[in-house]
Amino acid sequence: MEFGPIWRASLRNKTGPILMALQIALTLAVIVNAVFIIKQRIDKITRPTGMDVDNIVTVQSFGFGEDFNLQESVPQDLAELEAIPGVLAVTSSQHVPLSGSGWGTELAGSSEDGAPRVNGAQYFVNADAVNAFGVKLESGRAFTAEDVEYPESFGVPISQVIMTRAYLDALFPEGGAQAGATVYDKLGNPVTVIGVLDTMHGAWVGWDELENVMLVPRVMPVESNYYIVRAEPGERDRVMPQVEQTLLATNDRRVVKSLRTHSEIRDSSYQGDRGMAVVLAVVVSLMVMVTGVGIVGLASFAVRQRIKQIGTRRAVGARRQDILRYFMVENWMITTAGVMLGSVLTIAVNYWMVASFELERLDPLYVPAGVLALWLLGLLGVAGPARKASAISPAIATRTV
Amino acid sequence: MFRYYLKLASRSLFAAPATTSLMVATIALGIGIFMAAVTIYYLMANNPIPHKSDVLYAVQLDSWDPAQAYREDLPEQAPWELTYIDAMALRESDIPRRQAAMHKVSLVVQPTRVDLKPFQAQARLTDGDFFALFDIPFVYGAAWSRDADDAGQLLVVISKSRNDELFGGEDSTGRTLRINDREFTVVGVSEDWYPVPKYYDVNNGAFDEPEQMFIPSGVGRELELFSSGNTNCWKDEDINSFEEFLGAECVWWQYWVELPSEVERDAYQAFIDGYVEEQKELGRFARPLNNRITAVEQWLEVRQVVRDDNKVLIGIAFLFLVVCLFNIVGLMLTKFLGKAPQIGIRRALGASRGAVFRQQLIEVGALGAAGGLAGLGFAWLALKGIQQLFPGFEHLARLDLTMVGIAIASAVVTTVIAGLYPAWRVCRVPPGAYLRLQ
Repeated sequence: MEFGPIWRASLRNKTGPILMALQIALTLAVIVNAVFIIKQRIDKITRPTGMDVDNIVTVQSFGFGEDFNLQESVPQDLAELEAIPGVLAVTSSQHVPLSGSGWGTELAGSSEDGAPRVNGAQYFVNADAVNAFGVKLESGRAFTAEDVEYPESFGVPISQVIMTRAYLDALFPEGGAQAGATVYDKLGNPVTVIGVLDTMHGAWVGWDELENVMLVPRVMPVESNYYIVRAEPGERDRVMPQVEQTLLATNDRRVVKSLRTHSEIRDSSYQGDRGMAVVLAVVVSLMVMVTGVGIVGLASFAVRQRIKQIGTRRAVGARRQDILRYFMVENWMITTAGVMLGSVLTIAVNYWMVASFELERLDPLYVPAGVLALWLLGLLGVAGPARKASAISPAIATRTV
Repeated sequence: MFRYYLKLASRSLFAAPATTSLMVATIALGIGIFMAAVTIYYLMANNPIPHKSDVLYAVQLDSWDPAQAYREDLPEQAPWELTYIDAMALRESDIPRRQAAMHKVSLVVQPTRVDLKPFQAQARLTDGDFFALFDIPFVYGAAWSRDADDAGQLLVVISKSRNDELFGGEDSTGRTLRINDREFTVVGVSEDWYPVPKYYDVNNGAFDEPEQMFIPSGVGRELELFSSGNTNCWKDEDINSFEEFLGAECVWWQYWVELPSEVERDAYQAFIDGYVEEQKELGRFARPLNNRITAVEQWLEVRQVVRDDNKVLIGIAFLFLVVCLFNIVGLMLTKFLGKAPQIGIRRALGASRGAVFRQQLIEVGALGAAGGLAGLGFAWLALKGIQQLFPGFEHLARLDLTMVGIAIASAVVTTVIAGLYPAWRVCRVPPGAYLRLQ
């Protein structure tokens, strides 16, 4: 291949190629980093929550007045809600997982002073909670009606919980802890882990300890709570309005609000991540488009400038495919110079983002993938103008201008 | 001459409509995307109270756990909020011109209008100075007094919108409003107030709507109201009643002061340091002395109100603009060099290099202006898209006149910069070169 002559020829008019190479370098830096961020956000949004999010409806009950008593209201509400046809299971909970509101606490794996404490989210729930959230019990047992407590104050220590495998392993880093293990609350009271959940997400989707969750069987002496209503598959939307009507009919000393599907709550918690991914995807596509148009434009210009030379070459024996190859190779060399510079720039941009913001270091495999994509873009862009160039008639060499 | 150049420019631009529209579209895309990113950033980083932002301070006392900092990722920081004990103690100082302790509460409003059902609403529990502190004007009535705060009198100020909803917009001062099954008296109706960001409490969404009802700080004790914002506790305390909760090492109160000058500022810093030293004697505040008073703009920065994602987007949008500009330089080079014969003739007829250069720049400027205008369209579309993606951010995604001006100006400036090199190249065309060929 005639790399040498092509290279030297393009150096004779280097502004265009330099501009193109710079543009390709920047494009590579942006799309590689953007696609990496998009991939991370998609992974974050689609992690399994452990819950049957798609079939759950949640609603808040907010009691008021001296004569409202949540602890009396809950058992009655549960009975009424469970009676709705199409409802699979119901539990009360002081907050809704994935909603961004919650109640965090700390536990320790030993009662010794200075034992490391681990943060987690706790949910005060009823007997049927495992079913209502649709979480999978890995070992141990679910709650029974006898487990549920109605304490008179916040201070009554908890005695038994169900917690996630992630939380249990964080409390016992040496591993192997099973249902039946004893953990300790902030005041050193022992708490028995009666069941272990496969996975369940807690309150704050941006939190590192999202998977540290425990369920506590009790109804707190407060005014407000949520109901988690799990419908049979396909029944959710039919059940939804009945949930609100049922609660309003059961007790009028309260406001019933925030009737929402659990998937809606999850989506709104991930709104920022989803939005970022979409915006970046749009910018990446526009950038590929603009760069593609730029490549076509530059190649057409290069062809137009050399019509006479192309005709001469054809006249002295160059075949059509030689002309085609000339422009393909020239463009490939420009793209290659661009992606080489671009690879360095990509790493630099990523370094800056890691240093300035809480972003992860780029997976190095993304760089060659981006390089391949731009090579392809370059060849696609030049194909049209190069084909036109190869169609130039040798006779053009014989005409003056 | 300028008008003649404009005429030449328009003739040249209309002569090749395809190239011209491609150039305008490229500028417009680059500017549009960049302006959309900048608009959101600019509104997030907005100074919500410019005339007072340097005299309003958020107060922090480091009452946190001796074993670890409040935020492990920001070890130099004190908790964002105060304990009840400390908030009440700070209220005793007479150094600030105005001051208010506050937190958010959830209340149930039971309207007297039969067509309205009881509803739950967020309210702000705070001192009467709140309104003067943050410059919130009244439509009717006025704020409550310090005595009402201390006594926990059942008074309420409602916003204009809430007054429209509950009392049909009439002067409702003196009327009663049933809240949490108690009779509150309306003492004032405040103007609707929507600071962006919601700087006085950024805890649960810095761009949320502010509360529409305000009640005296002492009412919390009376009705045993917890915060509906953030409450964080570090100490292993056995809390069995609201009374015990008030005495606990839990932070849940925000505190703002107005300190008109350096003198008050220093005096106030000395006051809070002195207070904490006293408390240390009593066995509280085991961490090193770390009390902070932070003015509005610094506070918004410390609280990272502008998200990292927005900064990343600005960077990426800027690089996108640069790529668009490189593209335009290429397009302009092609176009200008295509005009070389014509320029050669003009030069031969006596046009100086400077004149040719100026003429090209005017053409480029016109392109930039057209690109800027079209860019506004793209920016508007992009912001519409962002509103779809981020419901609840409607007020963060709008174009104002400043942004329109900035968009057009930056389009012209960047395009002219991009056009400098092509214009310089073309004005160096030798006058004779193209004559000989004819």
